[in-house]
Amino acid sequence: MQLPVINNTASFPLPNPLPQAGEGANEPLHGTSNSGGCSAGSCGSTDDQMNHLPEHIREKVFNHPCYSEEAHHYFARMHVAVAPACNIQCNYCNRKYDCANESRPGVVSELHHPVQAVKKVLAVAATIPQMTVLGIAGPGDPLANPERTFETFRMLSEQAPDIKLCVSTNGLSLPDNVEELAKYNIDHVTITINCVDPDVGAQIYPWIFWKNKRIKGREAAEILIAQQQKGLEMLVAKGILVKVNSVLIPGVNDKHLEEVSKIVKAKGAFLHNVMPLISEAEHGTYYGLTGQRGPTNEELQALQDACEGDMNMMRHCRQCRADAVGLLGEDRGSEFTMDKVEQMEINYPEAMKMRAEVHAAINEELESKRLAKETKVQLVSIQGLKPKAVTRPVLMAVATKGNGVINEHFGHASEFLIYEASSEGMRFIGHRKTKPYCEGGDTCGDGESALDTTLRVLAGCEVVLCSKVGYEPWGPLEAAGIQPNGEHAMEPIEDAVLKVYEEMRAAGKLAEKQAVQQKVA
Amino acid sequence: MSLEIIESCTNCWACEPLCPSKAIYEAKPHFLIDPDKCTECAGDFEVPQCAAICPIEGAILNEDGVPMNPPGSLTGIPAQTA
Repeated sequence: MQLPVINNTASFPLPNPLPQAGEGANEPLHGTSNSGGCSAGSCGSTDDQMNHLPEHIREKVFNHPCYSEEAHHYFARMHVAVAPACNIQCNYCNRKYDCANESRPGVVSELHHPVQAVKKVLAVAATIPQMTVLGIAGPGDPLANPERTFETFRMLSEQAPDIKLCVSTNGLSLPDNVEELAKYNIDHVTITINCVDPDVGAQIYPWIFWKNKRIKGREAAEILIAQQQKGLEMLVAKGILVKVNSVLIPGVNDKHLEEVSKIVKAKGAFLHNVMPLISEAEHGTYYGLTGQRGPTNEELQALQDACEGDMNMMRHCRQCRADAVGLLGEDRGSEFTMDKVEQMEINYPEAMKMRAEVHAAINEELESKRLAKETKVQLVSIQGLKPKAVTRPVLMAVATKGNGVINEHFGHASEFLIYEASSEGMRFIGHRKTKPYCEGGDTCGDGESALDTTLRVLAGCEVVLCSKVGYEPWGPLEAAGIQPNGEHAMEPIEDAVLKVYEEMRAAGKLAEKQAVQQKVA
Repeated sequence: MSLEIIESCTNCWACEPLCPSKAIYEAKPHFLIDPDKCTECAGDFEVPQCAAICPIEGAILNEDGVPMNPPGSLTGIPAQTA
């Protein structure tokens, strides 16, 4: 049956004819992101991994907050919870959970029928024009609920053609659904792949539902892994972009994930997102109740760095809820509960015009930034690179509400973005969540303990950049070796980080600390 | 001969499309099984499908009121004194 091609597979020329799906078919796509002369940041910045991608891929991801680090400052996403059923059990998941105050995958407050979900999506897209992407991520497995998932996609592809659709899956039913996915313009799929070794998998997945039976243990893991790999190959062969998510579980798959990264890259996955295990005992998961710990920030970063040599790594994932709404790191879901959505009158064709204007303005800004950067690079190549003294890298924390600028008060930040500045430029390392030091007004009562939390999560950083920082936290920050800095309010993050790094160099702070560190070593 | 869904059901919808007898239906506060329709999948499948996919231990009982998936059988979490 020939269906109208909405998917732009036809306009997705792979650099090489696919030799065989799964045998490094897409190698050149990824090679460009990490093997070129820019890899070490000689272009000034290493965080804009998207700039190194071929144009046709960049076009697909430049406004996708979950695929592009730069885009996540500007564009928003939402998830709709239409898919509650699951066909496997993971040891980090508790299917009983439902809580409005929890932000993590698998958690939702309201489950929607497809018609309700579509209403909600249109309401959000009209209210938050920066919303470019609608994902279905659960709370179960979207492909274990194919009717509900595809009904939602079908209606949205008709009613809101300006919204990108994407889906995430555990992969068990993926091979059976690739054809269907291709029909609805779904060109971004995320597969959660925690292992490629069934002995590791047996420690992560207690059972799967397969061919009308519940299967346990190693056999279950073996089937799941085979289906995930097959699904990945089929998607790549269709020209659908694949991101792979992996949960880092210390002592279970931490050593194994480098191998996973190599294999999925060889098969054509475009981005790898290693996420930390969340395992609080109160969540009631197997891992939570049996004392399995999650990784430290340092362990996560070390693994991401280890995989990075081989693979384009995502570091800005916020592990959203299955019903999250807004920019990554924020959740405006409570503004769009079903009873509120029912009250809203949405004229989507009108909204679509306004959305197009907003997107054009953002694109223009991004484009001018890109051009400015290219000009800088050209200037450098004309003038020749002056040999710069190699100075030690410095971690800096940034408080931002989005748009790529420093525009958040220290006391209001519920997370900080972490950048590493070095003599080679700067790169994005990740984000760290905290309790806002001061919510303002009456809630400052526990300000002291919140500050302690922030000091703890900022460990290792030497500077914190924010639009404003109060007198009270100033002293404790300095005492902890973290220089508060409110002098770069509203400046682009990259410019500010590099400027501060230059100031540190000029003040001799880079050499100084290194000497101290060497002494310690 | 019929299985029964009890209050620990989380309304996840996993069982409903699998039932060969269309005995399972959405209800408040949780899904139910029509005892007149339920065959426990005899003649259709080796094992009752709802109990084979249900992620919640103890949510589905057999006709003697015994959990099809007893505590600890699915999650490996030891039974707790609640």
